Amino acid sequence: MTETFIEHSEPDPLFVGVPDPGATASFTSATPVMPVMPVAQVVDAPDIDLVDDAPKRVALIGGPPPGAATLQSVNACAWFGGRLVLEDVNLVMPAGHVTALIGPSGCGKSTFLRLLNRMHELVPNAQLDGQILLDGNDIYERGMRAQEVRMRIGMVFQKPNPFPAMSIKENVLSGLKLARIKCHAKDELVEQSLVRAGLWREVRDRLNEPGGGLSGGQQQRLCIARSLAVMPNVLLMDEPCSALDPTSTRRVEETIEELRGEVTVVIVTHNMQQAHRVSDTCAFFLAAENEPGRVIEQGATDKIFSDPEDSRTLDYVTGQFG
Amino acid sequence: MTDVRAPLDETAELPSVVTALNGNGRAAGDPTSSADTTRADERKPPARKRTPRRPKEMTGTDIITMIGSFVSALCFTWLVFSVLTDGIGWLGFGVTVFVVYLVLLWFVTADRIGATAATDRVATSVILVSAFVIMIPLAWLIWFVITKGFPVLRDAFPHFFTQDQRGVTPVQAASAGGAGHAIVGTLEQVALALAWSLPLGVMAAIFLNESRSRWRRPVRIVTDAMSGLPSIVAGLFIYAVFILPYAKKIPLFSFNGFMASLALALIMLPTITRTVEVVLRLVPDGLREASLAMGSSRARTTWSVVLPTARTGMTTAVVLGIARAVGETAPLIFTAFGYDLMNSNPFNGAQEALPLFVYRNIRKPDQSAIGRGFAGALVLMLLVMGLFVIARYIGRDRSKKAGRRARRTAVRQYLQETEAS
Repeated sequence: MTETFIEHSEPDPLFVGVPDPGATASFTSATPVMPVMPVAQVVDAPDIDLVDDAPKRVALIGGPPPGAATLQSVNACAWFGGRLVLEDVNLVMPAGHVTALIGPSGCGKSTFLRLLNRMHELVPNAQLDGQILLDGNDIYERGMRAQEVRMRIGMVFQKPNPFPAMSIKENVLSGLKLARIKCHAKDELVEQSLVRAGLWREVRDRLNEPGGGLSGGQQQRLCIARSLAVMPNVLLMDEPCSALDPTSTRRVEETIEELRGEVTVVIVTHNMQQAHRVSDTCAFFLAAENEPGRVIEQGATDKIFSDPEDSRTLDYVTGQFG
Repeated sequence: MTDVRAPLDETAELPSVVTALNGNGRAAGDPTSSADTTRADERKPPARKRTPRRPKEMTGTDIITMIGSFVSALCFTWLVFSVLTDGIGWLGFGVTVFVVYLVLLWFVTADRIGATAATDRVATSVILVSAFVIMIPLAWLIWFVITKGFPVLRDAFPHFFTQDQRGVTPVQAASAGGAGHAIVGTLEQVALALAWSLPLGVMAAIFLNESRSRWRRPVRIVTDAMSGLPSIVAGLFIYAVFILPYAKKIPLFSFNGFMASLALALIMLPTITRTVEVVLRLVPDGLREASLAMGSSRARTTWSVVLPTARTGMTTAVVLGIARAVGETAPLIFTAFGYDLMNSNPFNGAQEALPLFVYRNIRKPDQSAIGRGFAGALVLMLLVMGLFVIARYIGRDRSKKAGRRARRTAVRQYLQETEAS
């Protein structure tokens, strides 16, 4: 399908507002075929200063390249068996931004999120079409290893799932062991990851106790720390606060706030206020009865919540339905 | 964003709780921290007198009703079967007493409280009695082995555990000689069998649970069929495949402990496979996803996440496998063959095992040998119990205790932070 799009290969308006030199470079060098969105939709995302804090971070050997990465979906479709659940999603998640995916249940937000780091294909009978571009490279291309993709695009799940057989410290370092990354300063990495996840003060005296002994909110932040320890370019969050109380939710939101600029965050949430609070750009998903989910509207969060173009978006964000 | 923690600070109780924790490290409400309780008492309204009620509790009247019903049933049955007729046998007598007791209990309770309560009491009685009836055979069996075996074991202590049957003649007492050679043989054979079947069983379970192969169903069916394999057939198989054709040419394939361990491994394999499969299935999928989402391969996920999480359950699998194999006699008859002297090399020469020791001694005509057999049976039971305890100790859930401590610390931490902010 990419061949038909070669003719459209002109300077991509998408990256105008997004200062990410790495993305354009890899477009020309790494990818022979330049994928372009067939329907050019300019995301008027607010500018964000990308933080290049590689020097002060603990060095990993064999880890992902430093910095945030732009994620873009081109005509993404998803099937479960013969049922199409997601159709033609074209979305840009700019580097360093927080992108919120909102919409009622069953409209394909979580499925879309799982498409983004190849977790979708773990479901038996799951199929997909389209492209997911990580800094311009299709993650579903032949030769791309799913393990490397998932190392670069981390994920936090709805239910906190620390490894029960490991201590807090082992949980944080589990990514190194599992993804075969080396690190010479493990203690510093544990501290750095827990600090970034806002958990360090609470657990620094009991790093060797099991992760399952923490409270639900702490467990979720431990899972965030675990994902951050591999230093991913993108962090996906699938309703990370749906099982948490307001206090823990606020902590997680503060963590997201601090990650802005360093990591691209994509968050699925059912909480309108949360989407409004934490995100820079927003995409509204909706599925009509017996139809696959589609993106109804996307753009800067402030615009989606104050002055959306589609009436359905307005109805949803103002609580008329859903 | 509103400060959701603010209202917590305004509650009256929290600061005192925090000071109690900071002051002496005890939880609030702990009777030993007197300073705190007096402060709490000042605030509390005077306690209202309360009588706790437990709706399901048996009162004294209930118990008297039950005893009365039982005595009445006993008298009634005695009257009918011992005075008026010529008896029904002890089993029939017992069953009749129980049935009459249930009927009486129902009517008395129904008259006293109501039909619902009466049905409840009758059901309670039936379930309790069933539970005890099930335990009778087990207790009886243990008692039987102990009464027959313990005197011999006491007389032969401690050389029963160290000596073999060297120089023991039929006219000597039961306490002559020992079963040390059988204990060594059993331990070696079961350990070897575990060494063969545990890796295979765990691999098979991983295949059944972690892979998406089309062959899972056939493998599962074969495993199920194998668990129904008569144990004598397992022994016969090893005998026919290895010992019969090769015993003359290769010494490893003659009667010895190694051959016995192969036969026992055939018995243990399906048990271990199915048990490990069940415990692997209990590992939540969320953990696998979390591991994969960090860039782990499937093999690494299984090795570093799934298996450690299922460790406790895997110990159960080992225990069940050992329990299944350690008491098997039939597979050993054609393989270990049995031997009266100590042979601690499982790879050369016939070997004794505890079940074989029991089997061979019980069949002898002299009383002393039969006594020795019962002592061997008692030792076998003690051995199984010992292995269970060891396996439970190795596989104990270390996380639970530490987890409780961690949760306590978490609460303390939270309270301190609330105070700080």
